[in-house]
Amino acid sequence: MTESLFANLAIFVLSLLVGVEVISKIPSTLQTPMMSAANAVHGVVIAGAVATAAAADSWTGYALTFVAAALAAANVFGGYVVTDRMLAMFKRPDPPPDPAEDTGIAGEVART
Amino acid sequence: MTDLAFLVGVTYLIAATLFVVGLHKMRAPSTARRGNRISAVGMVIAVGSTVTFALIDTGGDVLAWTALVLGAGVGASFGVRRSSTVKMTDIPQLISVFNAVGGGAAATIAIADFLHYRTGDSPPLTVSIPVVFGVLIGSLTFSGSLIAAGKLQGLIPGQPIVFPGARVLNLGVAGVAAGAGVLAIVTSSHIEWLLVLLVGASILGILMVLPIGGADAPVIVSLLNAFTGLAVAMAGFALDNQALIIAGALVGAAGTILTLEMAKVMNRSVPSIVLGGFGTSDTATDTPVDGQDLNDVRQLTADDVALQLAYAHQVLIVPGYGLAAAQAQHEVAELAKLLTAHGVKVRYAIHPVAGRMPGQMNVLLAEADVPYTQMLQLDEANTAFDTCDVALVIGANDVCNPDAREPGNAVSGMPILDADHAKSVVVIKRSMNSGYAGVSNPLFTDPKTGMFFSDAKKGLAEIVVATKTYVAA
Repeated sequence: MTESLFANLAIFVLSLLVGVEVISKIPSTLQTPMMSAANAVHGVVIAGAVATAAAADSWTGYALTFVAAALAAANVFGGYVVTDRMLAMFKRPDPPPDPAEDTGIAGEVART
Repeated sequence: MTDLAFLVGVTYLIAATLFVVGLHKMRAPSTARRGNRISAVGMVIAVGSTVTFALIDTGGDVLAWTALVLGAGVGASFGVRRSSTVKMTDIPQLISVFNAVGGGAAATIAIADFLHYRTGDSPPLTVSIPVVFGVLIGSLTFSGSLIAAGKLQGLIPGQPIVFPGARVLNLGVAGVAAGAGVLAIVTSSHIEWLLVLLVGASILGILMVLPIGGADAPVIVSLLNAFTGLAVAMAGFALDNQALIIAGALVGAAGTILTLEMAKVMNRSVPSIVLGGFGTSDTATDTPVDGQDLNDVRQLTADDVALQLAYAHQVLIVPGYGLAAAQAQHEVAELAKLLTAHGVKVRYAIHPVAGRMPGQMNVLLAEADVPYTQMLQLDEANTAFDTCDVALVIGANDVCNPDAREPGNAVSGMPILDADHAKSVVVIKRSMNSGYAGVSNPLFTDPKTGMFFSDAKKGLAEIVVATKTYVAA
């Protein structure tokens, strides 16, 4: 037991350090999507809900499984979907403007 | 370790690698979306292998699996529906809701794990200690995040809610929760103490967030994000599940860093924010311009602004909270497009706290089809101001207050945008009122600054109309 506890503690501490290293390099431009992405990652708690289901053998266990699964699934599905929606909006600039082809204002300027 | 458990461990390592690679790719807008999808693949692998392991290892109690699938269905449909419809200005409160459910799930799982032992032997300390921390942090995050979301959404007043004896009450509840936690560990088979802890920690979460001002709420959301990560990691310790430990630690680190970063750019300390009582709500309470001392201020009309912009070579737009609050991102993008087509080089100088949380202004502008290459971060922007003809400040105040360079005032030391380095400055603002820090801004009375008093959305629409007459002529 102590052996696996030590392994788990080591994993925990190293993951914290990796997290600090990776996150501190993210520009402020992307910090809101990053926070949302991290939010989705803690949706991994749904794996814990699965483990809870595997151990459940009473009505209390079933009820707790249901609650845990509902909360965790809202977290994981919602988190990934909203992050993807946000990041989909970040676009590269349009190709260099060609006034002749452009419609609207640019076209008007070109004509005048 | 059985062969099967070893295999599961390996899939968790793969999943963890994908989480890290995914987050790593969030450092550039061109790869960020792929990063999020890579992380999602890691999630599918982690959950898939957990399900497979559970089915092979323990077989199946049909009712338990039914409860899992039903619960997941309910949760997933709620999550997907909210995520697909949420307005980009409401992102902070949605993140807060997801923190709440994540923390709540971790607390629930910890309780279930404790109960499971109760039917057999009492749980060893290596289980009961993380269970107690999981319940404590998880339920505190659950209730606190819901209050924070309510504040951001305007369902709960944004003003700090303080009442006499609050500190004593906090200490009392914290004492009860801590005592229940210790008793749960010592007596180990008594679920009652765990439930006392659950209730105590939930009340503590509410008490912790109520006194926090609305403008500070995003910092708390970020802090609670870190807490959720820790709660998940604690559940991982209790279940001996490495996927939960790794992912929880990653999120704990991410939330902590972002919290510190936000406090720094807001010129506040995290403890002072958590203690609360600062400022009022972030909903502006502007008094009309009339009756204010405007002797030192040069006032402009929409037409003046349009003329100045149309004849500039380089324009830097400084969007502030006022622009986000007025939902004027589409108007500003339209103006920028007009000017760009006319040959003016237009870019955006974005302060980390321009929106409600760092990066939110970028999301709002991206929503209005502004390419990310036009969005400059603080340091890039400050180089660009030196060669820029017009700095167009829209609904921003403290983030470009030159007094931050002087010692001895509320914004001293705060990182700012050097809008005053531009050749001329135009400020669109509803009034001369001070911002979040409550100090006056000498930029507004600078001789090279012109003020256009208007709501961001209405004012920009007028400038767009006026600009069209110049660029089309």
